[in-house]
Amino acid sequence: MGLVDRGRLPKPLTSLFNLGRSYSLWVYQWGLACCAIEMGAAFGSPRYDVMRLGVIPLPASPRQADLVVISGTVTDKMAPAIKRLYEQMPEPKYVISMGSCANCGGPYWDSYSVTKGVDQIIPVDVYVPGCPPRPEALLEGIVLLQQRIKNEDMGARWRGEGTKPMSVVDGESAEKGGVPVVVN
Amino acid sequence: MTMLGDRQQLAYIAAQAADARVNVELETEGMTLNIGPQHPATHGTLRIIARLDGEQVVWAEPSAGYMHRGYEKLTEVRTYPQVTALVNRIDWLGSFANEVPFILAAEKLMGVEAPARAQHIRTILFELSRIANVSLFLGDLGVQLGAVTPVFFAFRDREYVLNLIEAATGGRFHPNFDRIGGLKDDLPAGFIDETRMVMKKLRTFCDQIEDLLFGNEIFQSRTRGIGVIPKDVALQYGLSGANLRASGVDWDLRRDQDLPMAWNKADWKVWTHPDGDSFARCWVRLQEVRESTKIVDQLLDTIPAGPVMAKVPKIIKVPEGEAWVSTENPLGEMGYYVVSQGDQGPFRVKIRSASFNNISIVPWVLKGVYVPDIITILASLYFILGDIDR
Repeated sequence: MGLVDRGRLPKPLTSLFNLGRSYSLWVYQWGLACCAIEMGAAFGSPRYDVMRLGVIPLPASPRQADLVVISGTVTDKMAPAIKRLYEQMPEPKYVISMGSCANCGGPYWDSYSVTKGVDQIIPVDVYVPGCPPRPEALLEGIVLLQQRIKNEDMGARWRGEGTKPMSVVDGESAEKGGVPVVVN
Repeated sequence: MTMLGDRQQLAYIAAQAADARVNVELETEGMTLNIGPQHPATHGTLRIIARLDGEQVVWAEPSAGYMHRGYEKLTEVRTYPQVTALVNRIDWLGSFANEVPFILAAEKLMGVEAPARAQHIRTILFELSRIANVSLFLGDLGVQLGAVTPVFFAFRDREYVLNLIEAATGGRFHPNFDRIGGLKDDLPAGFIDETRMVMKKLRTFCDQIEDLLFGNEIFQSRTRGIGVIPKDVALQYGLSGANLRASGVDWDLRRDQDLPMAWNKADWKVWTHPDGDSFARCWVRLQEVRESTKIVDQLLDTIPAGPVMAKVPKIIKVPEGEAWVSTENPLGEMGYYVVSQGDQGPFRVKIRSASFNNISIVPWVLKGVYVPDIITILASLYFILGDIDR
């Protein structure tokens, strides 16, 4: 992928690559707290069924994953493990922060042992608010991420540029594709 | 000396033999297996450090604390209504059940009792959250032992129960519905008919799981006789809930305690199992779901009329004193020791959560088992990380 590294990929090829990447996301489930159950409902239940979006929630290890969903309360004891996991994932890698706890500490904003937001440790692409967010909200976050991947300049991503975080607010946000949306 | 079954005696002998083996046999180079902190089979972020001799565990210890959120400290800077929102998230699968003992303790201190209708609805929601909790366990159990189908059934039927809880309380997961002196709201229209239908579905789910899983030969051979906890050991380690009942102890706080709840108005049975192995623990939980559906069905018929809220001042100040209330939560005995100094918030709250005591037996029960049985035993002990670490 030397062409990609130097950002000299022809445009038609870029869109083709991006299309492929956005519909074959391998998600590593980093379930920590309550949100893990809602993530399980989104990924493992017949009602929400994430695979219809082209997302495969069953990588055996973070080394095979494109996307990690950090769902739940990140504690200071857990933080090094999350950092290590993120470093194990191959580039390009994406992070969805699910739930208030992973976004900013949530109901434990004044706790002595909780990390106030996973974005203090690793860069986050999509924030999904809620305590816990409904499975639909997580699916929306994934769709939002897919939109971003489709419109992405692969060279910039490989070089680690231009990753502004997004958050799920309403159905329209997906069409804005990459523009950060303020949480209401 | 208490009476022991054959199985239990065998377990004793096996445990002693494992001890002797470690001491006597030639020291081989062991291996330390680290399960977790993130492992699909640990229900969250429990870490088990197991020292192995070949395929056998010689020493194992759970390392908790990856989900410690400092609940007991946080309750000191919250008011009573705010604490309810917090304690929802201790055992996140049965959220409503966490609120009840805390609210009962506060009511006990204030000398308030919820109206009969509120007590009834509380009990119904309590049992619904138990069903939501344990039905997921039944699905999860299959996944951990290598059967993928049950989890789909579990998630499918659990959604119906979550819908009911959402309809009544507005919260799918964390209702925050209990108030000191009663409930936030009355039941919505159509709740009773809908609940009856769902309870019917849940009973079908139980039958399906029994056919799929409990009747399965592979499942039986992986769980029967694995991780036997004798009666007296279970009592010594302070196990509670289905883990204790599966060891043959007839103990259920819903029946044994006189709380202002409506369990005594329904006719139901406490199931026990004499074996104390993994199969017994799973089986007792399956029966509990069935009993819970029965309790809900009976209570729906007899909801008394009246208000759902007693007369309580707008700003709640709990008089000085100390109170302990515990209830039989989905995972076992959950209790709150509330110390009040007359403020708007508690001075100190000690939370006794079931899973913390339940996993204290892990070093004992994992000694001498084979590696695949670790997963079986952990699955059947059924803990929730938020409940362990708080």
